[in-house]
Amino acid sequence: MKVLVPIKRVIDYNVKARVKPDNSDVDLTNVKMAMNPFCEIAVEEAIRLKEAGIATEVIAVSIGDKACQEQLRTALALGADKAIQIDTDTKLESIHVAKLLSKLVEQEQPELVILGKQSIDSDNNQTGQMLAALTGRSQGTFASKVVVEGGKALVTREVDGGLQTVSLSLPAVVTTDLRLNEPRYASLPNIMKAKRKPLDVIAADSLGVDLAPRTELLKVEEPAKREAGIIVEDVAELVNKLKTEAKVIS
Amino acid sequence: MSVLVIAEHEQGALKPETAKVINAAAKISDNITVLVAGHSVATVAESASKIAGVTAVIVADKPVFEHQLAESTADLVVELAADYSHILASASTTGKNTLPRVAALLDKSQISEIIDVIDADTFKRPIYAGNAIATVKSSEDKKIITVRASAFDAQGEQAAVAISTVESAADNTLSEFVSVEQTESERPELNAAPVVISGGRGMQNGENFALLNGIADKLGAAIGASRAAVDAGFVPNDMQVGQTGKIVAPDLYIAVGISGAIQHLAGMKDSKVIVAINKDPDAPIFQVADYGLVADLFDVLPELENAL
Repeated sequence: MKVLVPIKRVIDYNVKARVKPDNSDVDLTNVKMAMNPFCEIAVEEAIRLKEAGIATEVIAVSIGDKACQEQLRTALALGADKAIQIDTDTKLESIHVAKLLSKLVEQEQPELVILGKQSIDSDNNQTGQMLAALTGRSQGTFASKVVVEGGKALVTREVDGGLQTVSLSLPAVVTTDLRLNEPRYASLPNIMKAKRKPLDVIAADSLGVDLAPRTELLKVEEPAKREAGIIVEDVAELVNKLKTEAKVIS
Repeated sequence: MSVLVIAEHEQGALKPETAKVINAAAKISDNITVLVAGHSVATVAESASKIAGVTAVIVADKPVFEHQLAESTADLVVELAADYSHILASASTTGKNTLPRVAALLDKSQISEIIDVIDADTFKRPIYAGNAIATVKSSEDKKIITVRASAFDAQGEQAAVAISTVESAADNTLSEFVSVEQTESERPELNAAPVVISGGRGMQNGENFALLNGIADKLGAAIGASRAAVDAGFVPNDMQVGQTGKIVAPDLYIAVGISGAIQHLAGMKDSKVIVAINKDPDAPIFQVADYGLVADLFDVLPELENAL
């Protein structure tokens, strides 16, 4: 079984995003970038499927300019067999990403596509669902457990009321929640080996997808700042303030 | 302009998020239709028909919609889409699961988790874990939008409007519901509670979360947790407040033994009043707390319970 894992290069999750002074966007110059944490979990899950003898080939794919090859090399160092960069410097929306990926799914015919449930920059939580729709596949979003057997994927999903398990007919699309697994670290020998693994570059234009923007970013602002609070001495003062000053309890 | 709102419901009851999504819808248009998709959902439809601003309720009642799986629900919404300029759902796990599928089937770009409506095309939404607020304008002729329910007030009530049923050809051969493991709780739902008290890694173990019970009972509060507490296995993950868990905005949020990582703040920093109880005076949570108490939570919690 072939597994396709789309990954995204994003701001490192430890870095606090700064808004540009002209409010045009978030400032990403000289900011540390990394693989989106949910994508790391997707890569790990694919590699575990390979180690369990279920997956035969793991292909990592990323869409962006040359810089995203760094994250693809990371995926290769973690155990992916080959990588594909869909080269573009256009700013893309989830629908564009899903369409580009659907072309790749047509070409590669993976039985399973595993994506992160959302990227920590745009926080959209859309791409996996859109890809499933465009390829007419079943979807298992927010997965915290994936069991593949007998032509089906049994996916336990994190839903608001608890956990829901669904059985998906393969081929399927799965998106990962943080609790799915604990991603491994790449060892130095594996990082060295990853440099010799194949990394193909496909021009986004060659895939015949209309990448014209459909949403305009008018403005990016800092969120409203909260007023600095006060430190109270003890419980009695706290309760008193909540009753008389904040009036949130009676 | 007309808006289709997809009702959020569970176990035969309409969820409070729906009245909040309708508030967002009312800022777009005064022609609001609510779609109730499910099986045996007459009570849900009746509750929806009584929410102020709703002009019509349509019910799609069919076994294939019972668990609101994305594959069948999305096909249903696409069947109905022609009549609406906007399609809205709550940014709950159900809405997030289904709506992007709808958007792709209609070949539209989706706008996720709006927190404000500027006009029928322009919306505000948080990005980068809430560290920035983007104002975005959609050029799509049909807008597909999920709404962060905690950012909108619930609509009031009205005299019930007409409920009609809709036949759907939607089927689902792709996926099947297997089981659900519901977390049982007698407390108010986290997303809707006026008061939330949350514990973090400082609680040390799951048993100590019982220290929050008495306080929650007295305040009518829901109990939440930080990601650290969930990851350490203290409490189940549907109690998690944060970017990757639930987003809450209660009147009062009490953070106990929570340091205040970006991921947690993204889920609660729009609360009206924030109280932090932590023994580390340098914990980042104190930078957003209206009232901070630097003390050992094991000393303070029983005291707080008695004082209420």
